[in-house]
Amino acid sequence: MAMENELPSVVLSKVAVSETHGEDSPYFAGWKAYDENPYDESSNPSGVIQMGLAENQVSFDMLEDYLGQHSEASIWGKGSPGFRENALFQDYHGLKSFRQAMAGFMEQIRGGRAKFDPDRLVLTAGATAANELLTFILANPGDALLVPTPYYPGFDRDLRWRTGAKIVPVHTESSNNFQVTTQALEDAYERAVAMNINVRGVLLTNPSNPLGATIHRSVLEDILDFSTRKNIHLVSDEIYSGSTFYSSEFTSIAEILEARGYKDSERVHIVYSLSKDLGLPGFRVGTIYSYNDKVVTTARRMSSFTLISSQTQHLLASMLSDKKFTESYIKTNRERLRKRYEMIIQGLRNAGIECSKGNAGLFCWMNLSPLLETRTREGEVALWKSILHEVKLNISPGSSCHCSEPGWFRVCFANMSEETLEVALKRIHNFMEQRKTASV
Amino acid sequence: MVFKLNNHLLSRIASSNGHGEDSPYFEGWKAYDSNPHHPMENPNGIIQMGLAENQLSFDLIQDWLKNNPKASICTPEGVNEFREIAIFQDYHGLPEFRNAVAKFMAKVRGNKVTFDPDRVVMNGGATGAHETIAFCLADPGEAFLVPTPYYPGFDRDLRWRTGVKLIPVDSESSNNFKVTREALENAYEMAKLNNIKVKGLLITNPSNPLGTMLDRETLRSIVRFINEKNIHLVCDEIYAATVFSQPEFISIAEIVQEDIECNLNLVHIVYSLSKDMGFPGLRVGIIYSYNDAVVSCARKMSSFGLVSSQTQYMIASMLSDDEFVGKFIRESKTRMAARHRVFTDGLAQASIKCLETSNAGLFLWMDLRGLLKEKTFEAEMALWRVIIHEVKLNVSPGCSFHCTEPGWFRVCIANMDDQTMEVALSRIRTFVNKDVDTKKPKRTLRWQGSLKLSSPRIYDDFINSPHSPLPQSPLVLARN
Repeated sequence: MAMENELPSVVLSKVAVSETHGEDSPYFAGWKAYDENPYDESSNPSGVIQMGLAENQVSFDMLEDYLGQHSEASIWGKGSPGFRENALFQDYHGLKSFRQAMAGFMEQIRGGRAKFDPDRLVLTAGATAANELLTFILANPGDALLVPTPYYPGFDRDLRWRTGAKIVPVHTESSNNFQVTTQALEDAYERAVAMNINVRGVLLTNPSNPLGATIHRSVLEDILDFSTRKNIHLVSDEIYSGSTFYSSEFTSIAEILEARGYKDSERVHIVYSLSKDLGLPGFRVGTIYSYNDKVVTTARRMSSFTLISSQTQHLLASMLSDKKFTESYIKTNRERLRKRYEMIIQGLRNAGIECSKGNAGLFCWMNLSPLLETRTREGEVALWKSILHEVKLNISPGSSCHCSEPGWFRVCFANMSEETLEVALKRIHNFMEQRKTASV
Repeated sequence: MVFKLNNHLLSRIASSNGHGEDSPYFEGWKAYDSNPHHPMENPNGIIQMGLAENQLSFDLIQDWLKNNPKASICTPEGVNEFREIAIFQDYHGLPEFRNAVAKFMAKVRGNKVTFDPDRVVMNGGATGAHETIAFCLADPGEAFLVPTPYYPGFDRDLRWRTGVKLIPVDSESSNNFKVTREALENAYEMAKLNNIKVKGLLITNPSNPLGTMLDRETLRSIVRFINEKNIHLVCDEIYAATVFSQPEFISIAEIVQEDIECNLNLVHIVYSLSKDMGFPGLRVGIIYSYNDAVVSCARKMSSFGLVSSQTQYMIASMLSDDEFVGKFIRESKTRMAARHRVFTDGLAQASIKCLETSNAGLFLWMDLRGLLKEKTFEAEMALWRVIIHEVKLNVSPGCSFHCTEPGWFRVCIANMDDQTMEVALSRIRTFVNKDVDTKKPKRTLRWQGSLKLSSPRIYDDFINSPHSPLPQSPLVLARN
């Protein structure tokens, strides 16, 4: 449709032409390979199995059952009273019933160990929007957030692209299971200062993506203390909080603040979403919970650019207010994820592959460093390519997560049926067998 | 929670007032929020006439929903699709959604043009679409030209987080606020003089707040202008289906279709279902661009404001129903025409004129220049406060739309039922007659000072919302 013309081609913005959208990373290249040749049990059994997508598909039946029994959730299915109000409702405060339901759900996930005030919940279309929005509020262009590695590849876009903010990585090591240390935080901070970069905050993901592990309470205390010492913000992305295999093993930053009587809490902000715990990424339900009034007000105003559909708010308000349902869902979901995790860990172990210790999330953090030809990023990418094209598994290379040690891979296990996971494990097993015989 | 952190610990964007909520546009809403009209419970409350919503045709939608339970993934009929839809987060959007939207856009334009579904990009409402387009087309410090009077939300949507500037292109009542080539050139030159790079021109057609359409000649002139200057043209056609009488709506899509010399890479349309269908809550915003790079970039950015897949699915279903869509568009126009007529007649009885050329939109552009004590914006604000507090109508003063002439007000007429409309009209008649009758000097009204309400901070948050306030929407229903 573009016209031929002799005019100089009109310029788009710098943001538009930059590559900070991040789609040229291998994280996404694997997805393309999957898209072109997707595995299907019957119609394409030799296709690529998608293990690079952190989706939770193990608990849909519970949601479907709920809907089957609760027609009041479907205002938009029956055009019932309340429909008109819902269609018109665009208030950036969000449906009060929905915020209350979300706050209650977040409390349940934390076993009642923290309280959430619905009036501090700001709604956004997904955690993607929440993280970007917070960055706009906390940092000026050129300022930085400290982010422990390895981290979710999407942060490179979400935190930096349109905001102009920078990420300064906080390095971690396999020797202590990639836990964050105060030393590492201080090092990162110094590095930023040396580059004349203003650090505005620390951004954690707890439980961690891609590690699939919760952050120890003592480590959280250290990180909070560090943030207080430097007088910077602390953002805790707790998107996988409902996906911990044992409820007691997760400590939310909210619990720590409560224990401290909310001293210095104005610097703390929590991001949450229903995309992982409830498996509803399509619905775009994200939230920011901030202990800082000005951040709440400003975030609320900014959420105008990214509100949650009132239709979806209504559906979820209904579903999440049903405490019996949510109690049962949370419990069952944890159990199913744990079983999946155990299945994949055992299967990998049988194939001679070890993973780091995990207790949460929709993935495991696999160590293939013994297989590397060279212990370099290039070696890792080469191995990754062969896994993608020969073994036909799309897994995510650690370098796309900015891991400082080559050879680690994130492998998702909750976005497929058990049968498909068996197939994947078998392929890995065969791959490892072949390598053994080849090297003899 | 005591706020202890210094302000400087938030970004400049956060600390600025680029959110725009200090404008009079929102002051009236605050006043309404604290005293909203309700036919039974608060008959003397303020009637909301500052909210451009389309509430005239919900019954049609409701009927369709009852008859099409499969459109919802929550009903027994539709729940089979739940899983697929719930995990669908591809920023290309559901193909059936894009197809349905493209078809709908064409139908609204009388099928005189077609739209390519692959150029349809979702956004978080037109609000999100405008911000995204600004991010794609302009760097911080660069500018868009915008004809006045214009929608106050643009000041926030296009500037707040993007750092982009807006340069007004003035228009005058003497020629019914038409956009002239001369005015465009003047604005462009002003920018140059101030060393500001102009990246594009933003027009809203049909216009908010004027309720008028741009004629073919003006549109062609605009297209020539942007081609000559090699700047972008963003056309907000959010009110396209609200054109209720002749002449028919002419979309920019039609103009560029016939104009073989136009550089299509410069042309972009912003659209939404919030006005034409009356669904602001669903956040269905659209960018339609003829520029491949913009489509690609906007699509990536849409990650920050995707339309809920649940909503995409339902909309796809609804808008693919050709018979329903045809009926809806026709009936909606008929009702809008009727509402428009009743209001303009009612106002005429009170000797109040509205912009004659208006044949679209959910509002009237009311001429109250005759009621101003003097031709100043202070007088306009004084009159406005009287209308809010004495006449108890929340209307929007022209200055909040950056109108260059004082005395004009935007009055929304499609967001209420017939009864409330009658109440509003009778209040206006009463006010005008009183004003004509009285020979005494006006009493000093105690609220002629600042309209700021003093209340605890957290309550302020609620009444600061520029959208429908909690706990109820400004919808006024006659409850039995």
